[in-house]
Amino acid sequence: METDIYKTEAIEILDDLEAALLELEERPEDMPLVNRIFRALHTIKGSGKMFGFDDIADFTHEIENIYDRVRSGNLAVSQALISLTLASGDIIRRMVHGEEVPLAERQAMISRFQGMLQREKGLADPALSSPQPQPRAIAQDKQTAIWRIRFKPGQNIFQTGTNLARLFAELRELGECTVVGHCQEVPDLAGLDPQSCYLSWDIVLTTGRGEQAIRDVFIFVEGDSDIEITVLEDADSVGQIEQHRRLGEILVEKGDIAQDKLAEILAHRPLIGQTLVKEKLVHQSLVKSALAEQQHIRKLSEKQKEIESSDSVRVTANKLDTLVNLVGELVIVQARLSQHSTLSCDPIAVTIAEEVERLTTELRDNTMSLRMLPIGTTFSKFKRLVRDLSKELGKDIVLEMEGEETQLDKSVIEQLNDPLVHIIRNSIDHGIESPEARLARGKVKTGVIKLSAAQSGADVVISITDDGAGLDTAKIRAKARERDLIADGRELSEEEVYQLIFEPGFSTAEVVSGVSGRGVGMDVVKRGVEALRGHIEIASRPGQGTQITIRLPLTLAIIDGLLVETGSEKYVIPQAAVLECFEQTREDIENAHGNNVINVWGQMMPYICLRQRFAIAGDIPPSRRVILCEANGRKAGLAVDRVIGNYQTVIKPLGEVYKKVECISGATILGDGTVALILDPVKLMEERQT
Amino acid sequence: MTVDTITQTAHYLTFKIDEEYFTVNVHSVREILEYSKITKMPDAPPFMRGIINVRGSVIPVIDLRLKFGMEETIPKSSTRIIVMEIAREGKTLVIGSLADSVKEVIEIAPEQIEPPPEMGTRWKKDYILGVGKYQDEFIMLLDIKKLFSIDELTRINQPCTDEDDS
Repeated sequence: METDIYKTEAIEILDDLEAALLELEERPEDMPLVNRIFRALHTIKGSGKMFGFDDIADFTHEIENIYDRVRSGNLAVSQALISLTLASGDIIRRMVHGEEVPLAERQAMISRFQGMLQREKGLADPALSSPQPQPRAIAQDKQTAIWRIRFKPGQNIFQTGTNLARLFAELRELGECTVVGHCQEVPDLAGLDPQSCYLSWDIVLTTGRGEQAIRDVFIFVEGDSDIEITVLEDADSVGQIEQHRRLGEILVEKGDIAQDKLAEILAHRPLIGQTLVKEKLVHQSLVKSALAEQQHIRKLSEKQKEIESSDSVRVTANKLDTLVNLVGELVIVQARLSQHSTLSCDPIAVTIAEEVERLTTELRDNTMSLRMLPIGTTFSKFKRLVRDLSKELGKDIVLEMEGEETQLDKSVIEQLNDPLVHIIRNSIDHGIESPEARLARGKVKTGVIKLSAAQSGADVVISITDDGAGLDTAKIRAKARERDLIADGRELSEEEVYQLIFEPGFSTAEVVSGVSGRGVGMDVVKRGVEALRGHIEIASRPGQGTQITIRLPLTLAIIDGLLVETGSEKYVIPQAAVLECFEQTREDIENAHGNNVINVWGQMMPYICLRQRFAIAGDIPPSRRVILCEANGRKAGLAVDRVIGNYQTVIKPLGEVYKKVECISGATILGDGTVALILDPVKLMEERQT
Repeated sequence: MTVDTITQTAHYLTFKIDEEYFTVNVHSVREILEYSKITKMPDAPPFMRGIINVRGSVIPVIDLRLKFGMEETIPKSSTRIIVMEIAREGKTLVIGSLADSVKEVIEIAPEQIEPPPEMGTRWKKDYILGVGKYQDEFIMLLDIKKLFSIDELTRINQPCTDEDDS
């Protein structure tokens, strides 16, 4: 049991280690990253020893030693170092999973590290290397600190052509920065010289780059301006300080007000900022600046607290799932209560029911948010995939990511992994061309795969874009004809051609490579996405690239739907698919002469009659409703007897017995305890087409 | 599983379908419910009557009368739904079965159970594990593993086509 905990933890740390290594590859100068790597290695070693995994501990110890040298500035971060560490991480991972890794393999890895150290030493020899100063050696002993900068440029600063905005932008590059401007010295219009600068600024900056870096920003204006740079405190210690400095203290320290005057004011006024301004002791903007400083520090310490508390409780996924199920049942019971209380006409019962409803909604939202994880955890795994695969195939590819903070249900993220792996593999293998081919086509040598996620309404949209060759529609058409996927004489639209690549076993690759081309893959992707109640779309431009867009519901557990009735059966249509509702009378049906079409704003729209489709006995009522739905770019109506109303429902899986019933995506329990089926409009429409 | 595998005296729940007595081991029975409205599932074989809500879970209900080739069960005051659990491949399949009435739990010793007769019953021999005696009546021991095999249950009826497609 305990070793299980160690394993899960070790795997999480290894994931983090890998992410940190890949980041370090991009920013080799980033010392906090090196520290993060060192810490990860140290934890794996320490807890490995504790739980009796001596092999893991010993091996990790060797690598830890190497990073100790990096940390102390004795060894520079290099490509080779990162590659070796990644490979070592894989060895540790195998050992954590219980695999016997031969001692020889481990020793070989360590001697490769040592070989690298030897080479590095040779380079570091002053006789061989150029006498460049090591920038990192200076940077590494600088702690992150909060600086207060008082900047009062000389009046004639504009005449020298200085762009102050650029200056602030440079400061922002150094770290998080809060700027407050003072304009109390600006004279009346009559005395104002438009070419002079009367402004001054207070800046609070958090940076680990040291005073010199800040001074460098001001290097060209130093001569004419008053620049005061003081260190406020260590950023690391901010979280430990119980109380932040009060506004008055800051003002006193900055010399904006004398201590005794402040004490006088404090004696009878609690709202110090306002009072100080009112008494004309301090100018409004100076108070604002002090407040901004207070805010800046507070924000920083809050951030640190957030980091501390964000991973403080470890709960097994099962417990969360149980909680979600219970809340789901509570939602159902609450719906019953609301229904019953409305019927009872008892005002007290109604009030209580409303209260319960409010609480349930809050509870539900909170519970759902427990299962939400940022998608970035999955995204960062692909960095490694892209790095390794592109090297293997001799391509030059970078992975860009966007919207990593987008949150998705935990189970959705897990199940999304495989489809995304397939799509990215395809992009690397088929999409992005070799560097030579890219140059020949006048593109940049480095291909880009962009992975982005964003929330849009109740959906999350994930798109994978590459700037490669695009889909070859002619080739796909030819291949599809060969395999009789296209009926003779039928012309397919671009969109339909793209859909062909989702056919099982479809591949246009002439050579089956180790990466892809076997034709398994895209159909797996489609099935995987559909299992998550999601949809997938492709857009492609020859020579410019391909974009695959996946739309997924935010959560698998709850759906917003429209409750309808046909005969005595009730169905739920997902609200996301519903466009409009129309009335259809017997007369309308007769006028269509047996065709299942309805006139929608002058356009004939096909519809599916649920009574026919589901073989429900009974007569069509004199007036019924047709609900116009749109799914996967198709539009069609669903004819039902009656619309009952909006319904937010908890989805219950149908289980194995009904897994082959495709047009129903799940069931839900209504207020009266009976079961309603949730329709899958996409499947219903697809059926109609074939 | 055959009748030989029954080596211990066990408790069995007896119930009636039409005029015949059937029985299943009580270990497979989770609960007995009164009849409630069954939501019909489209595209499923007719003996799969649909789904019901059992305290927040959705459970499929099978009509043994239809499965055995008789008329559909017409709910009466004695009609019950026997909720059974069948362990298969590490998972538990929960399924409800309609019975015209539920009788009692009895004890049957292995020697009281005979192999199913080769002929002379209305029932498909495959679904019968053995035959016992109960109050001078023959009683059929159901082989629920076979009766509720996934292949049989998930068979899909061809959906009624949307005729005149425009």
